[in-house]
Amino acid sequence: MTETSNPVAFTPERLEKVKEIIDRYPAGRQKSALLPVLHIAQEQWGWVSSEVMDYVAGLLDILPVEVYEVATFYTMYHLDAVGKHVIEYCRTGPCCLMGGEDIYDYLKEKLGINAGETTPDGLFTLKEVECLAACGWGPVFQIREKFYMNLTREKVDQIIEELSK
Amino acid sequence: MARKILTEHINVPGIETFDVYRKHGGYTAVEKVIKTMTPEEVVEEAKKSGVRGRGGAGFPMGMKWGFLAKPEGVPRYLVCNADESEPGTFKDHHLMKSIPHLLIEGMIVSSFALGANKSFIYVRGELMYVIRILEKAIEEAKAKGFLGKNILGSGYDLELVVQPGGGAYICGEETALLESLEGKRGNPRNKPPFPAVKGLYQSPTVVNNVESISNMPWIINNGGDAYAAIGIGRSTGTKLISASGHIRKPGVYEIELGVSVDEFLNSDEYCGGIRDGHYLKALVAGGSSVPILPAHLITKTANGEDRLMSYESLSDGSFATGTMLGSGGFIVFDETACIVRNTWNFSRFYHHESCGQCSPCREGTGWMEKVLHRIEHGHGNMHDIDLLVDISKKIEGNTICPLGDAAAWPVASAIRHFRDEFVWHITHPHEASQPGAVYRDAVLA
Repeated sequence: MTETSNPVAFTPERLEKVKEIIDRYPAGRQKSALLPVLHIAQEQWGWVSSEVMDYVAGLLDILPVEVYEVATFYTMYHLDAVGKHVIEYCRTGPCCLMGGEDIYDYLKEKLGINAGETTPDGLFTLKEVECLAACGWGPVFQIREKFYMNLTREKVDQIIEELSK
Repeated sequence: MARKILTEHINVPGIETFDVYRKHGGYTAVEKVIKTMTPEEVVEEAKKSGVRGRGGAGFPMGMKWGFLAKPEGVPRYLVCNADESEPGTFKDHHLMKSIPHLLIEGMIVSSFALGANKSFIYVRGELMYVIRILEKAIEEAKAKGFLGKNILGSGYDLELVVQPGGGAYICGEETALLESLEGKRGNPRNKPPFPAVKGLYQSPTVVNNVESISNMPWIINNGGDAYAAIGIGRSTGTKLISASGHIRKPGVYEIELGVSVDEFLNSDEYCGGIRDGHYLKALVAGGSSVPILPAHLITKTANGEDRLMSYESLSDGSFATGTMLGSGGFIVFDETACIVRNTWNFSRFYHHESCGQCSPCREGTGWMEKVLHRIEHGHGNMHDIDLLVDISKKIEGNTICPLGDAAAWPVASAIRHFRDEFVWHITHPHEASQPGAVYRDAVLA
């Protein structure tokens, strides 16, 4: 739950990566880099604040509003501070058929929070997401890039315990 | 064992690496097109193959390629749609993570055919780990001279870019995808102009699904005619089916188009039948958008013929008694499933994913979700059922992109085939939100 550092700036390695991404597109089409760069911003700060959006707008030489409208449209970008681990839980039909709703209730009870909330220790934020394209391996949730599949209560216990260390 | 075009080598250890993929015949199609074929000849093979868009629309890929405008001095683009997000569909995810070079090889062959020197693979952002796998494969292919400048000394240049999405189902619609790739909100464009004339950066563009493009190496190596000889009628070749729900063996299966639904559902080679102790209630055959079918219309058509896994047979009887092959997202429901709850769930999905551009979709999806929520939670009234049908009809066909239709069909079809279950929810308010097994015990048993 750290505040965005001020002044806002990418680490030198990430700035290098951003420049490399901008170079992928034809000249004058640097706005195409917006979604990938916002992912990199989220990797650095955990979420995307309005200060970060303004900074990204400057890097890509576009208007701040062009960043705001994109960051608020796509659901992967967190617009508020989040916990250390963001659990993105699939709530869509095929996962529900496999008991996804029961496991979700269990997870909420275990963490003592609802969707959109963060545990008081700042470790976990819970977010409901739509289909993660892993329906044959449901119920499913994702934390950063990792998929946790075929969830059971026991697996949920293990995962939470592991990540609480 | 059925013939495998895409997944023959998928379980070979190390197949994600260039060397192992190459050892199993990989990149021979690139050599063949670069050294012995003209772009027009490659397009011709795609046309002969009859391969149809595997993302859901089923439009012949070769014909789509034929529409690409080729004005002098204007770059052309190939964009691969890897924004797989249709509920029930996880085939492209499986293919890309397991055998990334197949898609890369398909992209090189297809880009050559279209005269594109910069091509994109737009992958949904949630699959960041798959993006890393693809980027690694691209680096390997480049190091071996199959990508980059002057491929295999031919003078042909190609750069491949993997682009992450940001979490939006709508970007699977091709013009929304192009908007997103330009760094904008995923609002679908009005057509015309079609992407083939004005697509990415207002240049001529082809957008094809992962699986469609991944067929190209085989088509080049074996010929379009050989591909067209597989399958049945206008459903040529093979199809990846993502099977989920109440079956014994969920997973991704490659079928020859034309295999019977009964065999796919019940044989041990595929789904392995309904899970033990239960029986089939309903099927969504092609991803959440397509009409749901009740048990008696799944393995047989309304005329009593065997239902086949093909574009034509699944849509036999139109929407009255048929459905669609769609993306191949095969979701199986046994008798413990609650149709009303599932319909509400799907409606919530479409409401959440509507881009909000067209009012019939923006307002209608939310309205259907609310009405379904109240029926499922014991607060519905009889008028609500016809209200849902009415809303669905007013969305269908009245929006810029097909998301409106995709939201309308599951609701309309669930009521068409399972009206009694909706009525029961309304007449039994105290039991309405109970699991589907309660309805089974009360009514079906």
